Amino acid sequence: MASTKEEVKLIGFWSSPYSRKVEIALQLKGIKYQYLEERDLKNNKSPELLKYNPVHKKVPVLIHNGRPVVESLVILEYIDETWTQGPALLPKDPYERAMVRFWCKFIDDKCSPAVRKYLTLGPETDGENARAEAQECLKFLENELKGKKYFGGQTIGMVDIVAIGVAFWQRTLQEITEKELMNKQDFPLLCAWADELLSCSAIGDNLPPKDKFISLIRSRREAATATTK
Amino acid sequence: MAKGDVKLLGTWASPFALRVKIALKLKSVDYEYLEENLRGGKSELLIKSNPVHKKIPVLLHGDRPVCESLVIVQYIDEVWTYGQSILPSDPYDRAIARFWAAYVEDKVWLSMRAFMTANDEDARVEAVAKFKEVSVLLEDAFVKSSKGKPFFGGDEIGYVDIAFGAFAGWFKVIEKALNVELFDEATTPNLLAWVVAFLAHPAIEDIIPSTDKLLEFATNVVLPSIKAVAPASQ
Repeated sequence: MASTKEEVKLIGFWSSPYSRKVEIALQLKGIKYQYLEERDLKNNKSPELLKYNPVHKKVPVLIHNGRPVVESLVILEYIDETWTQGPALLPKDPYERAMVRFWCKFIDDKCSPAVRKYLTLGPETDGENARAEAQECLKFLENELKGKKYFGGQTIGMVDIVAIGVAFWQRTLQEITEKELMNKQDFPLLCAWADELLSCSAIGDNLPPKDKFISLIRSRREAATATTK
Repeated sequence: MAKGDVKLLGTWASPFALRVKIALKLKSVDYEYLEENLRGGKSELLIKSNPVHKKIPVLLHGDRPVCESLVIVQYIDEVWTYGQSILPSDPYDRAIARFWAAYVEDKVWLSMRAFMTANDEDARVEAVAKFKEVSVLLEDAFVKSSKGKPFFGGDEIGYVDIAFGAFAGWFKVIEKALNVELFDEATTPNLLAWVVAFLAHPAIEDIIPSTDKLLEFATNVVLPSIKAVAPASQ
């Protein structure tokens, strides 16, 4: 049970989907927190980050009353179990909870890497296999949405939050690379879900500014191409 | 929901299936075990129950499938709530347990595969060094979470014990086959003691496959299949 004197901090990075997922959850639950932006994740990690996440040295790090919680899926479950007010991120039924955990793991471990791999392949590589694998993953998510507004049913749940990478990060990358992947014809439910999700303020308020994000991705791609030449 | 009619699809040598067997044993759940003969091709039941990954273990509870070993272990803990809890009750302790189980998932299996694919002394030495990096962190995690008791879960086997301990049989195989020490008094004294306590636990000792049987399996089945196919993520 939350104590009367609460201190919640989040170490994050503006363009990291994992960091933003935690911010979305905190906002959905109405939890006030202090945000600490990592200025230079690549070359100069802050002493706080190294102190609170010595094992992985990554964002996000939630610090609750001085105690760190790391790994976005672990943080999301911790938030749900600690702050029981506001919408539940996970359902109560054990089978439904198992399904949520299964899909979250699928998105993080299999779907996102497959989609990212295809979208970041260079033009000289034959992307057919990568595209097929990515589409197969997205098809599983498409089927999961049948008869539902969100993965969580009528309300946003943990799977919707974890899948935000698909709705925003990967869709934006798709636009930049002009590669066709998640189109309305093959993925009508996923596309409708993404639009619905992004129009929700708890989500929309917590996404990277699109122009700034597009600039970042473009500059990273240019740097990558420059080094391979 | 009736708690009868529990089935587990697994393979006898799989540490992932073993995690589920341990959890079911801890909760005294009766179940039917179905051995998947992976070399004979995947069964229809497996493909139907786990269309996404087509992998064991799969728990079938009243015909509803639950997949992914750690998801299944948490499910078992949440359905069969009598007796000891597998996860701690405090949310922060649960977060710590989930963190280390995820760490085990990311690092331990890969470092064990490094042993199996090491085909010269240099590769073997490197595999030992990599495993040490992982085990030293888990040693520290053990000290903090056990609080002087024999297991990560304290007096009793808990979530991280199951996640990590399910590999204990395979630790013994690697140590025997390659004549290496995975845990030692100097760097991981607590884990050294923990492996012994874990393997001697009543819920474990009867269900863990023997080292010799696993070694035979590794020699005849696992190693040839690794050599035949390019290493793939598990």
